[in-house]
This record gives sequence, C-alpha cells and structure tokens, in this order.
Amino acid sequence: MSISMFMSEYKCVAVAMVMVASVFDASAQSSAVDEIARYRAQLQDGNPAELWEARGEDLWKQKRGPKNVSLEGCNIGKGAGVVKGAYAQLPRYFADADRVMDLETRLVHCMVTLQGFSYADATRRVFGSGSNRSDLEALTAWITSESKGVVMNVALNHDKEKEAYNLGEKMFFFRGGPHDFACSTCHAESGKRIRLQDLPNLTEKKGAQLGYTTWPAYRVSQGELRTFQWRLNDCFRQQRFPELVFGSEISIALTTFLANNANGAAFNAPAIKR
Amino acid sequence: MSILKLAFASVFVCALVAAGCATVSDKTVTQQDLKTIKASFKENGQAKLDRLDQDEAQRLCSIAPSVTIAKADAARVEKMNLESIKYPADGKLMGDWQQGERIAQTGVGKQYSDNPATPSGGNCYACHQMSKAEISFGTIGPSLYNYGKLRGTSVEMQRYTYGRIYNPQAYSACSNMPRFGHNDILTEQQLKDVTALLLDPKSPVNQ
Repeated sequence: MSISMFMSEYKCVAVAMVMVASVFDASAQSSAVDEIARYRAQLQDGNPAELWEARGEDLWKQKRGPKNVSLEGCNIGKGAGVVKGAYAQLPRYFADADRVMDLETRLVHCMVTLQGFSYADATRRVFGSGSNRSDLEALTAWITSESKGVVMNVALNHDKEKEAYNLGEKMFFFRGGPHDFACSTCHAESGKRIRLQDLPNLTEKKGAQLGYTTWPAYRVSQGELRTFQWRLNDCFRQQRFPELVFGSEISIALTTFLANNANGAAFNAPAIKR
Repeated sequence: MSILKLAFASVFVCALVAAGCATVSDKTVTQQDLKTIKASFKENGQAKLDRLDQDEAQRLCSIAPSVTIAKADAARVEKMNLESIKYPADGKLMGDWQQGERIAQTGVGKQYSDNPATPSGGNCYACHQMSKAEISFGTIGPSLYNYGKLRGTSVEMQRYTYGRIYNPQAYSACSNMPRFGHNDILTEQQLKDVTALLLDPKSPVNQ
C-alpha cells in the first residue's frame, strides 16, 4: 500500500468532516483528527487477528513436513516448545545457527531443520494475500499473542547482537534511492505527520515502544495480518528502495535496533490498525 | 570549574573524539556494511540495486537530525547541488497551477509497485500544508499556505522556487525533501506546474 493510498482513506473521513465544518479553521482539522481517533477506538472492539492466531496454534502443534513432526521441538529462545513470553526477547543470538534471528527467521530455521522443509518451500509465501494464506504469518500471530502484556527485554549480550544493533542503527539513517529517503526521514522527529497519519519517533524510547509493541497487526485496509518483516519490507518499498529480502541481515539488524529501543514497555500485539 | 580547567577538559574531549574518528567511529557505514546492505535487497521492477549506491550528499546526510553536518560538508553539498539545477530552455518557469495541484496530491512514482509509464507525483501534501481546502496535510515540511502571496512573483522568486523544487539541497544541505528535478522524479513541465501552484495569484495556495 502506497503512502498515497493510505492518505485517501483518511481523506474520506477528512472530507466528511469538511462538509460539516464548512469554514476552514484549525477546528476542522482537529475534528478530522478526533474522528480518526474515534474510528481507531471503534476498531478495538474485535480483532480478526484471532483467526490467524487460532490457525497458527494449530500449525505449531500439527505434524507437518517431510519428517512429519510438529514445531513443538522448536526452540525460539526460551527452550524447546516454550512459547509464552518468547517474542518479547527477540531478536537474539542462536548458537545452533550462529546468527541473530527474529521470530520469523527462527521459525523458518525450525521448519527446515526439524520438519525437513526446503528453505524455498518454507519461505514460498512469507506474506499472505487473499486466499493465498501465509503459514508463517499465522504462526507469528499466535506466538506473538503469547507475549501480550510481557515486558520487552531484548538483550545485547552476544557480540553478534551488538553488531546487529549497530548495523540496524546505521541503516536507520541510511539515505538512498531517487527520493533520498531513510527511515529517519519520517521517524526521527517527534510530533510529525504524513497527511493526518502521526509518525512515531523511533529514535526515542516512547516512540519506539509505541511503534514496535503494536506489530504484528491486522490491517483493516488490507484484510491481512502483517508481521514486522512485512512492516520493514513495505517501508522500504515506499522509500523507493529495492525490495528488502525476507530474513536478510539488514532486516534482522533493524528489528534488533527497534526492538531493543522498545525495552521496558509491555508488548501489545497482535494489534489492529486501519 | 575554572576557565582553565574547562579548556583542558574540552581539549581532552576533542582528543578522544579525534581518536574515535581515526579508528572509524561506530556510526560510520563501512565497505563491509555496504556489502551487507546490498546483499539484503533484491531488485524488483524499476527499483534496481544501484539505488543503494549513495551519492556524496546521501552519504554525508546519513545522520540523525540531532547531529549537525560539518559546515564545510554542508557548503560542499549545497554547491554541488546548486550546480546541478537546470532551468527550462524556454525561460518560462510558471506552468498551470491546476496541473500543479494534481501533482501535489499524488504520491505514486518510483516505487517498485508503481507502473514506470505513469507520471510520478510530487506528493507535496504528504509533508506540507498548501491550500485552505485540503486539511489532510503533513507536517514534516513547513506550511506553504500563502507562499506566493507573501513573496510575490518576481523573476528572482520564480527562479528560486523552481530551483528549490528541482533541488532543495542546493539551498539546505540534507533537507528531507526529495530532489525532484535532480533525480528525475518530476518532468520539466511538472516542475513548472508545481512552481505555478506555489506562486500563481489564482492558485488555491494564495487564496
């Protein structure tokens, strides 16, 4: 979804408000903003992410793949099969793979090493679209839901975790592409907006906590549950960069940078967003 | 603390900073980092990997907003970008403000999901307040409401405005605004139309 598309969604609300408040003044805009806040509050009534969570729990427990085993032997950081609270400590270094991994890359690792899927098969559909559902999004929905309310605590103990954080920070400020955009173009100052969309300042604690702890999210405008790998992928599309490779070193580095910056806040996803 | 002690302390800090720079600071993007970055992306449609090759302005400006770019670097970025501005051969700088308004409202262009045959937009409203009627505007850039009314439409102002859209970094190193002409985002005619949107007395920007 492009920036322009999400603007038009807000414009529907905004235009309706202009018709009511036909005279332009600051109040027309603040009432449009209030209206959006009301819309967001209404969304909180029910979250279709639960459908992804239920499917994800089944997928975790089912015997699947060429080796016909479940993922219950998968160690996502707190020991084999331990799901509760695990996401609030990711990404982290895993000695068996000798690299820092986020939840999605760790799940793929387990699908390959435990269940016997090829890497290509395990990553064939990392982002779902309509009837082409993504198992990885479902698994991510369920596992992240098991960290709801858990305080974020992403450690930088291992050298590779520190390296990932530093690289993520550099990438955050890396300008490129025809528009000269970096992550920081939109996310390094407080109180800024694109159209009427508030932008979290991800370089300070409060903004990073607000931004990071509300992904994955069910996106009403797309009818899909989206993971943090998707969030980064789509940011770079809008930055006019080439496509971010799923599970790539930069994707893990940026996630480490942002997740660590969110430490201390209660994890609060899967969320629901416009 | 005495002035002398203060002076000593600052000399000490400077020495530390210099030592840090000599051994490559933590925040410097190294050749190895660039390799990792390139390996983490794949080309998709019009978005090729060469979009990750930074020009000097992009390299010098890859810093947090809280960090001030060195004066000499800022001057170099501005000079380099100023020299890149190409003014229209026909000498006309103001086009059609109505077309300009369409360009200002549109955000498509240059994303790998965009059709390269469709003209790009300028997406001005994403970051700037411009007209009275459009209340859905962003705040990354300053308000441009009444831009022309406040400045007039002299030839100098037309040249400045056209140049500022063509390449904002000619006037403000590391500006967040895309270099719309320099990087071939907008065509010459589109740049004229957006210039008119800002300056034409009939434009909604100046009502």
